[in-house]
Amino acid sequence: METPEQIQARLAARFPAAAVTLVPNPAPAGMAALLVDAAHARQIAFFLREDPELKLDYCSNATGIDWPEKEIVETTRSTLADPAGGPPRTIEQKTKRIQPGYLEVVYHLYSMARKHGPVILRVRTGNRTDQVTLPSLTPVWRSCEFQEREIYDLFGITFEGHPDLRRLLMWDEFTGHPMRKDYVEPDDYEWEPTPHEEVLEKAKRHYAAPEKEGTP
Amino acid sequence: MLGTGLLKGLAVTAKNFVGSFHDPKRYTTVEYPEQPTKLPENYRNFPFLVFDGEQPIDGLRCVACKICEAECPPQCIYIIPDRDEKGRPTKKPKVFDLDVSVCMSCQICVEVCPFDAIKMDQHFEIATADRFNGLLLHREDLAKSDAYYHSIHPTEAAQVDEILAEAKRKAEAKAKPAAPAAPAAVKPPEPPAPAV
Amino acid sequence: MTTAFTPTPSGAHVRAVHDPFHGDLLEISMGPHHPSTHGVFRMMVTLDGENVVKLKPVFGYLHRNHEKLGENTSYLGSMPYTDRLDYFCSMTNNWAYALAVEKLAGQPVPERAEYLRVILAELTRLLNHTCLAGFLLQDTGASGTPLMYAFREREKILDLFEALSGSRMMCNYQRFGGCRIDATPAWLAAVRGIVDGYGAFLDEYEELITGNEILLARTQNVGVLSPALAVSAGITGPMLRAAGVDYDLRKVDGYGLYPRFDFRVPLGAHGDTYDRYMVRMLEMRESIGILRQALAAIPDGPIMDPKAKIRGFRPKPGEAYGRIEGPKGEIGFYLISDGTPNPYRYRVRPPSLINLTVLEDLCLGHTLADAVIILGSIDIVLGEVDR
Repeated sequence: METPEQIQARLAARFPAAAVTLVPNPAPAGMAALLVDAAHARQIAFFLREDPELKLDYCSNATGIDWPEKEIVETTRSTLADPAGGPPRTIEQKTKRIQPGYLEVVYHLYSMARKHGPVILRVRTGNRTDQVTLPSLTPVWRSCEFQEREIYDLFGITFEGHPDLRRLLMWDEFTGHPMRKDYVEPDDYEWEPTPHEEVLEKAKRHYAAPEKEGTP
Repeated sequence: MLGTGLLKGLAVTAKNFVGSFHDPKRYTTVEYPEQPTKLPENYRNFPFLVFDGEQPIDGLRCVACKICEAECPPQCIYIIPDRDEKGRPTKKPKVFDLDVSVCMSCQICVEVCPFDAIKMDQHFEIATADRFNGLLLHREDLAKSDAYYHSIHPTEAAQVDEILAEAKRKAEAKAKPAAPAAPAAVKPPEPPAPAV
Repeated sequence: MTTAFTPTPSGAHVRAVHDPFHGDLLEISMGPHHPSTHGVFRMMVTLDGENVVKLKPVFGYLHRNHEKLGENTSYLGSMPYTDRLDYFCSMTNNWAYALAVEKLAGQPVPERAEYLRVILAELTRLLNHTCLAGFLLQDTGASGTPLMYAFREREKILDLFEALSGSRMMCNYQRFGGCRIDATPAWLAAVRGIVDGYGAFLDEYEELITGNEILLARTQNVGVLSPALAVSAGITGPMLRAAGVDYDLRKVDGYGLYPRFDFRVPLGAHGDTYDRYMVRMLEMRESIGILRQALAAIPDGPIMDPKAKIRGFRPKPGEAYGRIEGPKGEIGFYLISDGTPNPYRYRVRPPSLINLTVLEDLCLGHTLADAVIILGSIDIVLGEVDR
């Protein structure tokens, strides 16, 4: 099978307007992923499915990932030659920057016809609040139907063009998206005989004095 | 001919029906409470604490290091280490609670314990009417003798004894002048603990 | 549109719906406590007379956010939770998860452990397909007898699992870099005994059922799945192969030691319910062959890689997707590590859920009683569907 680099080169030639970048994977399993922009995602997906070389007709896994906003401290080292003629000094410069948060959908594509794979396709949203619409790939691979519903349910990504976008696992009246990293679970509490730290905190909030029976 | 498959199937059923009267392969039911089955040696149910010697609480191998508490996936273990009058840790648990209504018998506590202090029990008839305190086992309920451990998992216990003896030899070689510790007293296997 | 709403004494919802296109329809909420739905699965079925015109599955009654639990637990701590996904196949779930973590951390596995994994996975396949054959017959109305015969054999395999891992269904046996407890020669001899006797059981079971005219009438040409739809919908496992698509991960990925074994992949020709049943029966016979080869070739040696770490396991940042051919289909685990003891993202690819994608397509036009058989032939376990 072609390497992700070759696929990227072919995609760049075929879709000049699309932004296709490689996302490296440092794990030993290392398989770089193709990050495509949302506007061209469906065209690229169709191309990957129909291309006679690749024929990625089977989308095995589709899932969401939440990347909240995080502060990144970058240390840059620069070597300065000492004007007085001494050994060069190393200056460390720390820059803080805030990496904006986003939601990501990952598709693992295989080919049943040619028995190869995977090609990993990633699509990212603009942010985590209001720009959370991505094109649905259900028209390309039917197996995304329930998986995209699950992502919509648990991560809150809206898929445009999905035939039946409803909550899958949570009930319809449920608000919030439990798989997001900043999801706060509702404050329901049941007494437990072995209170651990978090549960103990909750117990203290729910009862003026924690119950004495069970553990002292 | 239509119906042959049906008749063949009925012949199989008839063979099983007749066979159930004389062939043990076809009559596999065990009349459980009257006729107890033998559990395999590796069978695991809920954890218990092993103690050496005669005193259940003083002889506990547990040093209250809280590793099992941290590793337990459903967080069913609750430990408070004991301290003496001066506030120094005595390396004994003051509280060792195990909530068997939460425990899922995964035996990760046994795997991570560096002191071979917690092992899996085979006693499963622990039904109770009180779902909170009836299913919360304290260190008194959990402490069971080394001899009991030998009686339920003989192979595993023999291996554990070897490891412990090896560790002891190494410790003694390190601290030569120290007096040799008394060998663990051997007790006859005690009957399984009563239902809580 | 909607006229009356009548909750029946059993608690199920049945109501009359008027559709300008179809005319008078009946909407039935089947489940979540219906005995034929294999757990707490619910289908909103709309019937025209007795024929299904619309079927919407409703999920989530067993949802416990397994993936969030996995993100809040250490890598080792998730292993017992994977047992509870598809509780028939805890050994293969363990293996899929261990494989994903081993890919993530670059962890080798000793040869004996790989053999043990193959043996246990094939035993799980026997167990799962045997149960399915029993449940499918239960769904067609053959109450009890075939299911009890299937359970009698399943019991023997569960006893083997209990003797090895300590638990019948929640085995928690595989570890990253090997297995937990070594198999004794006595255990291997017991497996040999059961494998040798299994062929006779399959012969008897097939004599009981396979040629049965009622089964043929109920299953042939019911719920036909076309190969094109099966591939597009990501159907995996025996259901895909019943539709005639040759795709078995044991051959395609060649994970574990499967390239060393000689076995065939049974394929169906029609993709109907009967083919799905037959493919499983044939797969069991192939599994027996694999087990015989594995038991003859299993070497002595360690079962854990000496460098494998159990406690405080922290893989380097990166991601990995490990998948194996479970009895129900492709079970995969997608893990992202950020260098901490807990995975940053822990995703399960549930074969049962994705195989249900085509449930409506298969049931349209068939009667409600056929919908029950079609659901049975898909082979779902709700612990995995809802996670």
